[in-house]
Amino acid sequence: MSMEQFFNRLEEGVSKSPLKWFSPLVEATHSFLLTPGRATRRGPFVRDNIDLKRYMFVVVVALLPVIAMSIYNIGRQAGITEFWPAIWEGLLVMVPVIIVSYAVGGFWESLFAKIRGHEINEGLLVTGILFPLTLPPTIPLWQVAIGISFGVVIGKEVFGGTGMNLLNPALTARAFLFFTYPGDMSGDRVWAAVDGFSTATPLATVAASDGNAVEALRAGSMDYSWLNMFNGNIPGSMGETSTLAILIGAAILLITGIGSWRIMLATLLGGFGMANVIYFLAGPSATGMMSLPPVYHLVMGGFMFGTVFMTTDPVSASGTNTGKWIYGILIGVMVILIRTFNPAYPEGMMLAILFGNVFSPLIDHFVVQANIKRRLRHV
Amino acid sequence: MNILSAKNMKFVKDPLMDNNPISVQVLGICSALAVTVQMKTAVVMSLAVIFVISFSNLTISLIRNKIPSQIRIIVELAVIASLVILVDQILKAYLFDISKQLSVFVGLIITNCIVLGRAEAFALQQKPFASWLDGIGNGLGYSMFLLVVAFGRELLGSGTLFGYHIIPESFYAAGYQNMGLMVLAPGAFILLGLFIWLQRTITGTVDE
Repeated sequence: MSMEQFFNRLEEGVSKSPLKWFSPLVEATHSFLLTPGRATRRGPFVRDNIDLKRYMFVVVVALLPVIAMSIYNIGRQAGITEFWPAIWEGLLVMVPVIIVSYAVGGFWESLFAKIRGHEINEGLLVTGILFPLTLPPTIPLWQVAIGISFGVVIGKEVFGGTGMNLLNPALTARAFLFFTYPGDMSGDRVWAAVDGFSTATPLATVAASDGNAVEALRAGSMDYSWLNMFNGNIPGSMGETSTLAILIGAAILLITGIGSWRIMLATLLGGFGMANVIYFLAGPSATGMMSLPPVYHLVMGGFMFGTVFMTTDPVSASGTNTGKWIYGILIGVMVILIRTFNPAYPEGMMLAILFGNVFSPLIDHFVVQANIKRRLRHV
Repeated sequence: MNILSAKNMKFVKDPLMDNNPISVQVLGICSALAVTVQMKTAVVMSLAVIFVISFSNLTISLIRNKIPSQIRIIVELAVIASLVILVDQILKAYLFDISKQLSVFVGLIITNCIVLGRAEAFALQQKPFASWLDGIGNGLGYSMFLLVVAFGRELLGSGTLFGYHIIPESFYAAGYQNMGLMVLAPGAFILLGLFIWLQRTITGTVDE
């Protein structure tokens, strides 16, 4: 019996039995393992039968380098210098967090799918992995469960489920934890999976310094050189540390056309541009964040991770092409502004993206209106 | 006249569920956000609002035939403001600590849309006793949400109720933490939204 036959029989059996409560789950597993047989037999043909499942799956594939790097880096930051023990330590930290995230998120997703009578959506596939990557390695598992519950229910399901959400669910979940349990989400003692060990992230180091930023980065016990931050040998949230791994993921997203190059480029330009403006206006005598060279902004904190994986979420981003440019630039500029001028938050990526998410429908609205106005002139 | 007649009870019951000022009409939200960090302040605020709505409704209904319709808003506000000042002075005299915590929000009952809304929509057309009952009902509907939200916020945000510790120390020792977000205004928004969701699921109210 082939797997296809097995699933067909299972689906038929379940839908008739008292177990029919579980039929969405069976359907989800089925189409998850095997491509659904929805191909057109006669013309007109669609060029590419890309569905939500494949869309989301490519994002997960693009995240694999990031996940691999973060597993290694968790061990490395915990003070383990050998390769395999570091990987093992990283797995011990990362795997439970991911399992909790998927299990709890999956529970809410299935519950709403059942009540609303639709199939289980694949949106969780990405949310469930993006969310753990934005957390510090020392996060308690029960907070992961609460966070993903909030992200899935309040961030997505109350608006009507996948495709209807206003905000990025993974970031909504992170924002909730960030404001609810600030002690476990930021500060100096959450970044390494070792008890009683305290270390400041590069951004926190710069924010706390009252001298030149680059000198402050060099002065600490950690070696925060640009290359080290680019490679990811720094403490930070699990997925954000290695810019190199994120760029590999970005390449996958761009080649497959899943991630919007407009949004990525616009965010990058917005952030880099704003950082340049501040750096050169502040002059050589500036201190702290003002004296941070623009290229450093790009490899520090969650800037790259957010740019590549968070801003490009097709649901919460702007939909029109002009809108994507405005949306990306808005986020990029906001990140640097928050980092530089808000003393409470050394990192601004999460808040900037949520800010952009809130504005994206408005941006789309004005882009569409402008287009209508332009074309009406030719009537 | 039977005081507990079905018609009279409807004035009180209707605003509790089907026509709740907060969850259905979404009025008076700002004070609901501001005073619900603790149960204590929420209870005092609830009593103050019930008092003001019911007696402003009563007073306005008594003089409804004498009010020239061009200046009715001014007259209504004069009545409401007098009552609010009365409440404010009483709180300052007898519950000074709570009065300090409530700060401007007692004074702002004057601008609470529920009070003026009921005066305009109900008391101007109805008899005094019915108006008074309507005020009580709307005040209770407002209080109900205030207390539920305050209950959630104080329990989750501070681990206390009326200032007494509810969550046992052993929970904290085991890693439990208070939810900082619940003390902030967004916590009230989220709880309010969840309760509106729950209530509309029960009553089946849908916005057009």
